[in-house]
Amino acid sequence: MIALTVLAPPEDQFKAPTPDELFNSFTPIIPGVDWFTKPVLLALFSSVLVIGVCWAAFANPKIVPRGIQNVVEYGYMFVRDQVARPFLGKDADRWMGLLVSIFFLVLVWNLLGVFPVLQFPVAAHIAFPIVLAGTIYILKVYLGIKHQGAIGYFKNMMFPPGLPKFIYVLLAPIEFLSNLIIAPFTHAVRLFANMFAGHMLLAFFSMVGFWFLFEKLTPLGAGVGVVGVIMTIILTAFEMFIQYLQAFLFALLAAMYIGGSLHPDH
Amino acid sequence: MKTAASLLAAEGANPLIPHDFELIVGIFSFFVVVLVVGKILTPRIQKTLAERTDAIEGGIKRAEEAQAEAQALQKRYSEQLEEARRDAARLREEAREQAAQIKAELREEAQAEARRLVEAAHAQIEADRQAAFAQLRTEIGRLSTELAGRIVGESLEDEVRQSRIVDRFLDELEASPQAVR
Repeated sequence: MIALTVLAPPEDQFKAPTPDELFNSFTPIIPGVDWFTKPVLLALFSSVLVIGVCWAAFANPKIVPRGIQNVVEYGYMFVRDQVARPFLGKDADRWMGLLVSIFFLVLVWNLLGVFPVLQFPVAAHIAFPIVLAGTIYILKVYLGIKHQGAIGYFKNMMFPPGLPKFIYVLLAPIEFLSNLIIAPFTHAVRLFANMFAGHMLLAFFSMVGFWFLFEKLTPLGAGVGVVGVIMTIILTAFEMFIQYLQAFLFALLAAMYIGGSLHPDH
Repeated sequence: MKTAASLLAAEGANPLIPHDFELIVGIFSFFVVVLVVGKILTPRIQKTLAERTDAIEGGIKRAEEAQAEAQALQKRYSEQLEEARRDAARLREEAREQAAQIKAELREEAQAEARRLVEAAHAQIEADRQAAFAQLRTEIGRLSTELAGRIVGESLEDEVRQSRIVDRFLDELEASPQAVR
């Protein structure tokens, strides 16, 4: 089943878009180059956009900011004060480069989900969140072993001091599982699932509006179509908030994992 | 991992399975961003932010210094003014004291001079009186004896007797209240 079937259904009934139609039906943009699909194009475009905007703002920064430097600096300050400093303290400035890259890139990935015409959140394809979460995971383990020692890292993780002995029988495997297996998984899936679900919601309601107002306009169906359009507008605003929130949360978790590896006792 | 073509063909592909070409593109696009934004641009903005903090803190510091300086200057001026006022008051007081002292000294001197003059006058008068009295005494004696001699017709030329008589006469004269003076 491909996207075209939605617009030309075999029967006269409304059919909600399926995940496969929304997320797995991209044809190569250049015929024959299989890998070059819309999500890939948007991922590359996001990088170009982030680099371009940041370059315009920070390539030659002024002490008294003007124009775009003001805007991007605001984003930088937000990451520094809300993400880096609470978790990294005095190490915040060292990790700002990574955190600001993550935040801006994820934010652009997400916002493309509501950008007219483009309308696909890059992070709704799990490969992209996996790259970021995987990088952070490797960094977390590396920094943990580097700063706490191989044994110290696992000891601090699995055997936090000051608990009754028998608790460790329970705690150690749970901590191991949560820190080394579940944490990177949820880090990636949280972002992916939010974008995935948000995109489905928007697609569903816009399809409702499109179907009942344009495809099959009937006196009874028109009301449903109007509801669909209104819901699309409301959910687009809500989705933008979620998109920003997930970018913030993703960077926040990255800072938290890095901070936890640098200073085990927090 | 499946290729795009096989994914397109597959029905209900698991959305949790990443596409391998997307992983490669993701790694590439992420690391390019980290390289440019994180490694090149972030240090620049950090430097600028540090400079801005310096500029603001420096400005505040300079303003504080200027204010402290102004206050110190004002304090010094007011101290100097106070000192000048004290000096003026002290000088006025001294002048007043000196004037009073000079006045007192002058008065003293004048009074002493006056007293001296009066005393000198008194002494002169006394001396004159004494002189006149002495002269008068001899004169009177001579005249009286001469007069008495003429009257009595008897020479009273004898000095001893003469002076005895004169002295007696004069003593009687002095004994009477309205004599001489």
